[in-house]
Amino acid sequence: MIEVRGLAKYYGRQGALHGLDLAIAPGDFIALFGRNGAGKSTFLRILAGLARPSAGSCRIAPAPGGRDSAARTRGRIGYLSHHTSLYPDLTALENLRFSARMMGVRGDDGFLAGRIGAVGLAGREREPVRAYSRGMQQRLAIARAFLHDPDLLLLDEPFTGLDQAGADFLERYLLEARAAGRTCVMALHDAETGYRLANRLVVIDRGKAALDARPAALPLDAFRARYAAILSAPAGGGAR
Amino acid sequence: MNKRTTARLDMVLWGVLGLAMIAALYLAFVDAPRERTMGDLQRIFYFHVAAAITGMTAFGVNFAAGVAYVARRDRKWDRLALAAAETGVVFFAIVLITGPIWAKPVWMVWWTWSPRLTLSLVLCLLYIAYLLIRRYIEDPDRRAMIAAVFGIVAFVDAPLVWFSIRWWRDIHPAPMLESGGIDPAMRPAFWACVASFELLLVYLLRRRCALESMREEMERLERLAG
Amino acid sequence: MTRLWAVFRKDLAIELRTKDALNTMLFFGVVVLVVFHFALRSGDVDPRAAAPGVLWVAFAFAGTLGLNRMFAVEKENGCLEGLMMMPADRGVLYLGKMLAGTVFMLAAEAVIFVASLVFFNLTVWGELPWLGLVFLLGTLGFTAVGTLLAAIAVNTRMREVLLPVILFPVILPVLIHAVEATALILGGAGPGELKLPVAVLAAFTVVFGTIAFLLFEHVLED
Repeated sequence: MIEVRGLAKYYGRQGALHGLDLAIAPGDFIALFGRNGAGKSTFLRILAGLARPSAGSCRIAPAPGGRDSAARTRGRIGYLSHHTSLYPDLTALENLRFSARMMGVRGDDGFLAGRIGAVGLAGREREPVRAYSRGMQQRLAIARAFLHDPDLLLLDEPFTGLDQAGADFLERYLLEARAAGRTCVMALHDAETGYRLANRLVVIDRGKAALDARPAALPLDAFRARYAAILSAPAGGGAR
Repeated sequence: MNKRTTARLDMVLWGVLGLAMIAALYLAFVDAPRERTMGDLQRIFYFHVAAAITGMTAFGVNFAAGVAYVARRDRKWDRLALAAAETGVVFFAIVLITGPIWAKPVWMVWWTWSPRLTLSLVLCLLYIAYLLIRRYIEDPDRRAMIAAVFGIVAFVDAPLVWFSIRWWRDIHPAPMLESGGIDPAMRPAFWACVASFELLLVYLLRRRCALESMREEMERLERLAG
Repeated sequence: MTRLWAVFRKDLAIELRTKDALNTMLFFGVVVLVVFHFALRSGDVDPRAAAPGVLWVAFAFAGTLGLNRMFAVEKENGCLEGLMMMPADRGVLYLGKMLAGTVFMLAAEAVIFVASLVFFNLTVWGELPWLGLVFLLGTLGFTAVGTLLAAIAVNTRMREVLLPVILFPVILPVLIHAVEATALILGGAGPGELKLPVAVLAAFTVVFGTIAFLLFEHVLED
């Protein structure tokens, strides 16, 4: 579904990615690990079409029968970044109403209120988002990002700021998506959560894929040990 | 083109440029006749106008390179655009300095808001703004793209500025180039100055692009090392 | 088309709720009028001669504030990123924003204009329709290029500070024609004389509107 070849992104003296290769098949549910600054967010931004690679390519196959256009591809992606992308001065309902219009999702206020209820914010849909706590905003951001039921989910540390109930909801949502055969790439730090949710584990180090394995073939303890080994290797260094 | 050919080309260019400049100086200061009313002061005109024409060429190059960058996203076009903007600003600085020196004794004022003067000033401001934008964007790809967009806007704006001032504030005697041309005896000096300034532009663009590509190479090496 | 309206209505809804942009635009515009009154020592100057320039300076300053605010809103929670992810042509985002900016500016201009009538002691009933036309076209020209440049400025390290520096040299043709047209109207000129400035303002809007529409997406990406 996605073909990533020699992907590189440089910001002047710093490089975020140095020739990343990855083939993502439909139904792959990838947990993306790596130290801070390993290039996880950059990779997700490039996948989402928000950033252009400095070198290499990243191709997302067009939907079956569909034509290939940037806007159409964006319509199949649900991207949840560090930012909530919510307008603080609008209410939850207004935020979703705007997103629905932009995404071309048909749905009345009842449908949107249902989505807000699903993330545990029922009854608060008419409050401005500014009044929400960080965790509540993250919940609403989840509802917003996946409003159009995308078949490719891109999540950048989605558990940030969520309380237990919120995390439980997100986990249920992701497991359902996985069961439904959707494709997902999510950047995480917690090895256990990733191991539980994903059916493919990828560790990015120094801008390349340092580990790519299926949980079925790699027990959690073994994965932890290898992940720790990659993280404890000296950062940077000229040995490339 | 390999490195050695490029280096040779630069040497040839350097030599031709030197000769052209000596020739231009001779023609402008010795060969060209003394103007009847303005005297030797008029000789500044050769450099003033040549700088303006060359500066316009530079901004044209900036525009073309900007369009090429948007279309191709090849960094070499960005380097050329940057070099052109910088040299263009320098040439127009020459225009803006030599202009008042000439204008004060002849027109009795340092400055008039004539179309040509105003356009020179506005072009300077536009391309200083261009350089400012570049300075405040760190990511090189993004800098290149945004700069290209602004360069396109600035270049399309220039004729509009020109006509706007011309239509509303036309108080200025038409310059010699339009009103019947220059005296034939002055032509060699004039064209020699234009030619040598254009050559200088080519030389400066090449050097500036080379410098910028070295800087990028440095960045690449630092990236690999760190 | 629905998406264009969605962007436009969203910006309008935010503005009507907070009134952040409008309040600062109005207040600053009026402050500019007062400052210019003293700077020009308006007692000595014919008000009909001074008013056009002062008005358009106030409009331009207020407009700069408005455009900056419109993009600052998008930056706050990474909303711009959310907008860019929408399955819409990104040029549509430009059009929606430009339309919203135009409406904000016109609203601010109306109030600043009324204030200027008081300050300059002008009576302009007969000239109102023509003034309205020139204000509209001048504002469209301003926002056509201003929206693109505001998106550029907000993406730099200097943020909002950069906008006036890069916008004013570009906007010069609009200012010149808008001021001259306003002066012609206040000087009692007939519609025939307005043809040139009106045509130029319209042409400026179309030319830069097209460039910005085509290039807007490149300004957003990184």
